Amino acid sequence: MTLRRGIFLSGVAVLCAWTLVPIWLITLGAIGGRAAVDSWPKSFGLGHASLETLASFLRIDGVLGSALTSVEVAVLCMIFSIALGAPAGYALARYAFRGATTYRLMILLTRAFPVGILALPLTVGFIHLGLYDTAIGVALMHTALALPFAVLVSASLFQAIPRELEEAAWVFGCSPVTAFRRVVLPLALPGIAATSIFAFVISWNEVFAASVLTVRHRTLTAYLLAVLSESPLHVQFAGGLMLIVPSVLFIFLVRRHLFSMWGIANR
Amino acid sequence: MRKSLAPYLLIAPSAAFLALLFLVPLVQTIALGFQRDGAWSLGNFQTMAGDLNFSDAVFNTFRIVLIVVPLQLCLAIGMALMLRHIHRGREIVLWIWSIPLGISDLAAGLVWLAILNDRGYLNSALYHLGLITQPQSYLTYETPIALLGAIILAEMWRATAIVLVIIVAGLQLVPKEYAEAASVFGASPLQIFRRVTLPLIKPSIQTALILRTVLAFEMFGIVLALGGRNVPVLVSEAYNWQYANQDYGVAAAYAIVVMILSLGATLVYLRLLRTPREQRT
Repeated sequence: MTLRRGIFLSGVAVLCAWTLVPIWLITLGAIGGRAAVDSWPKSFGLGHASLETLASFLRIDGVLGSALTSVEVAVLCMIFSIALGAPAGYALARYAFRGATTYRLMILLTRAFPVGILALPLTVGFIHLGLYDTAIGVALMHTALALPFAVLVSASLFQAIPRELEEAAWVFGCSPVTAFRRVVLPLALPGIAATSIFAFVISWNEVFAASVLTVRHRTLTAYLLAVLSESPLHVQFAGGLMLIVPSVLFIFLVRRHLFSMWGIANR
Repeated sequence: MRKSLAPYLLIAPSAAFLALLFLVPLVQTIALGFQRDGAWSLGNFQTMAGDLNFSDAVFNTFRIVLIVVPLQLCLAIGMALMLRHIHRGREIVLWIWSIPLGISDLAAGLVWLAILNDRGYLNSALYHLGLITQPQSYLTYETPIALLGAIILAEMWRATAIVLVIIVAGLQLVPKEYAEAASVFGASPLQIFRRVTLPLIKPSIQTALILRTVLAFEMFGIVLALGGRNVPVLVSEAYNWQYANQDYGVAAAYAIVVMILSLGATLVYLRLLRTPREQRT
């Protein structure tokens, strides 16, 4: 190995450490509990670690409930985004129709705006509709964030599936719906699954809209934000860790699709 | 079902949804911002501009965005180019580097709080190295520069991944032959980068910058987690006016400012980094 190669590889290693070490440190902070948070100077190993800290974090009033709300909101957001986004993506991929450009423009326009902030005026409307402080209300708002992404990605997914396959199915007597179900859908499914996972992560991580649209049925992010100033550090770290773990797992699941998803979302 | 009707039926639900949950609140925000006690006025904006925190919020937001976004772009391009030279374990490195993509800004703030608080891991490391004897504070209003640095660090850590992923996706579309051809004609690696690679990934850079800048103007959780209310930014002020002061009008005025800034930045990027149609790959 040459010297240059050595320097290069240590650069890569440093950048990996830059990503991973902070996650390790908040893990220590979260599972070390009060003892670790108060200790000085800290050790970098698992000295105080016990899962008891995390268990007691879950027993804090409101934590478990808000985590469940978060899951509920994220699952709803996932369903809404795919149910609304995939058909639109199919239309963009397969049909040339008037208004397609306008529609695409509206989708792209959402990118130029901080969509989460639009939760502010929604508060009033949601109160009238009985959606304020409900999982569905927050999920609807989060869908506005995730839907444009779902439309663009599924459009490119369907575009990548040769039209001829579908036409062959028609020739053999399948109805358009059957052809879609038996031929196109199985091919598009992995990509759609990845997109829906991404919608889940978008919702799971969203802070602002969730904080504005809830009071008692908070999501985990909104709960943590609300108790930020009054809760002890180890509770905050436990909350942070709890936010991070599912996201990291999900990113791992969709890692193969990450680049095709974003490469496409470019255009 | 007539063929020509099918695409409209397919896009209708999502179009209606976006109209209701994107366009309507957009118009509502503007209406809320420009109305005071039921009449059209600029009162909300006057209240906003007269508020003690306003100039700080504008100043902080701009400082953070203007430092973070260019740094992230450079770091991400550097990382993307490094990835091209990794032969074994490229997949794993790529995965590790894209982990922060899934981490929310609030969680990122808490991560760096664990490192940078008085008795945090940074101070412990410095102590073990013999550089300090007492815990140092970085995150109080008495140390504004360190606090700003902490926010920038956390933001760099969290959100470089999204830029990286977009740039890598763009680089994958660039055929290796272009660089090889340039190298055959005697171009140095730096020249290849500046004259061949960079122009070809311009569309990706544009997308990454638009996405990142809009999100950076929206930054909220990191700032609150690290600085509490010591570092007002535009969105945290909107949140405070909505929640603590229950004044939806002024909150909407802040939201309008954030929107105008985001839209303005997007237009600037669209113009400055325009790729003529015939150059698109």
